[in-house]
Amino acid sequence: MSEHAIPDHGRLIPRDRTVHPAPRDPEYKTSVTRSPNLPLLSMESSPSEETGPTFGHGLLGKLDNNLILNFSQGAAPALGERILMHGRVLDQDGRAVPNTLVEIWQANAGGRYRHKKDTYFAPLDPNFGGCGRTITDENGYYEFMTIRPGAYPWPNRGNDWRPMHIHASVFGHSFGQRLITQMYFEGDPLIDHCPIAATIKDRASLDRLVAPLDFSKSRPLDYLAYKFDIVLRGRRQTMFENKLEGM
Amino acid sequence: MVQKIDTLIESASQTAGPYVHIGLMPTYAGNGGSFETEVGTDPIAGKIEGEIIEIVGSVFDGTGWALRDVLIESWQCDANGLFPGQDGADPNFTGFCRFAADAETGEYTLRTVKPGSYTGRNGVESAPHISLWIVSRGINIGLNTRIYFSDCDNSGDPLLGRIEQRPRVDTLIARKTDDGRYRFDIRLQGEGETVFLDI
Ligand SMILES: [Fe+2]
Repeated sequence: MSEHAIPDHGRLIPRDRTVHPAPRDPEYKTSVTRSPNLPLLSMESSPSEETGPTFGHGLLGKLDNNLILNFSQGAAPALGERILMHGRVLDQDGRAVPNTLVEIWQANAGGRYRHKKDTYFAPLDPNFGGCGRTITDENGYYEFMTIRPGAYPWPNRGNDWRPMHIHASVFGHSFGQRLITQMYFEGDPLIDHCPIAATIKDRASLDRLVAPLDFSKSRPLDYLAYKFDIVLRGRRQTMFENKLEGM
Repeated sequence: MVQKIDTLIESASQTAGPYVHIGLMPTYAGNGGSFETEVGTDPIAGKIEGEIIEIVGSVFDGTGWALRDVLIESWQCDANGLFPGQDGADPNFTGFCRFAADAETGEYTLRTVKPGSYTGRNGVESAPHISLWIVSRGINIGLNTRIYFSDCDNSGDPLLGRIEQRPRVDTLIARKTDDGRYRFDIRLQGEGETVFLDI
């Protein structure tokens, strides 16, 4: 038993699971054996979900958010269309989520991952690792320099292809906000053919994962920009909430 | 027309996919050196209070096959029931660990400190537990669950108390196999299905 009070920042707003993918979707075959049959046990959040790990800006190396240069440590740029991926991490109340870790990974310009399990015959780029990370600033803002990832085929139904996408992992300020998602690119025709995108049944919810081309951040003669805001669960704070012990 | 509610909608989850290790555990993916320091490699950052324990297990799919590509994160309080960042918390304990199943055997090992119990809202005491978040290819939204311990008093725990089918409580309890060693298997689906949380 601890004698120190746990700071109370409010309960987490329960997840609206209708905006999330169906856990089991026969069109995405691997999900069939990896999804629970039984209902989840619902409970209001507790300190275990309301607290979470924090990471300081000191963690980051200078090139951690530059996937064009970080694999070669600045020696040679990766091949591909240069892009800026940028946006803000917000909570459901529209508040910025500052100082939170954002990690991304992606295929190279040919659609190949640098992973021992990826055997697609598009070649590896000797100057592209495919991972990056950053920490949001005080306004919840983040950015990555990278290259546009290639679409790639994957074994599922007879002829399935992933649209261009960048995987993103976000912490927020509590373990219950933890989220992994994917950014898609405006105008990519493969989005409408992808069984993984289609695990999200609410079209508006899928559309919110599609990053628009953003000329306000594009740099002439250098790179195009895509804007990708990420919304995490918010916290409930009312005048009638019970406080944690000792508060 | 009624007034408008202007809260935002949470971004949808998408599967972490088979290559999640590239982004979150580059060394495991064979890309060591991508970052100077990887996060979550060890929750114990120096001399700490309490008992250091090892929890070993597998994550099984609905056919009983142990996932080789699963990635798990854990979050917990220290031996005195204090979360990192809280007044008096053990400065050498980060509370956070990231680990993956072995690509050959499908078995994971979590080495950490045994958590204490803590008192939450309204004076309700939680039995010692570790929170887990499980992601992989085929998991469309990360699965939350908890590890409790067979050698602790779990009788008053508010979460375990909500499980209607009492035999299912056992799916959240790590079995002590030796001094400081526990076994905790996770079953995603079917017989003995682990209790997953919407919390
Ligand atoms: Fe991918």
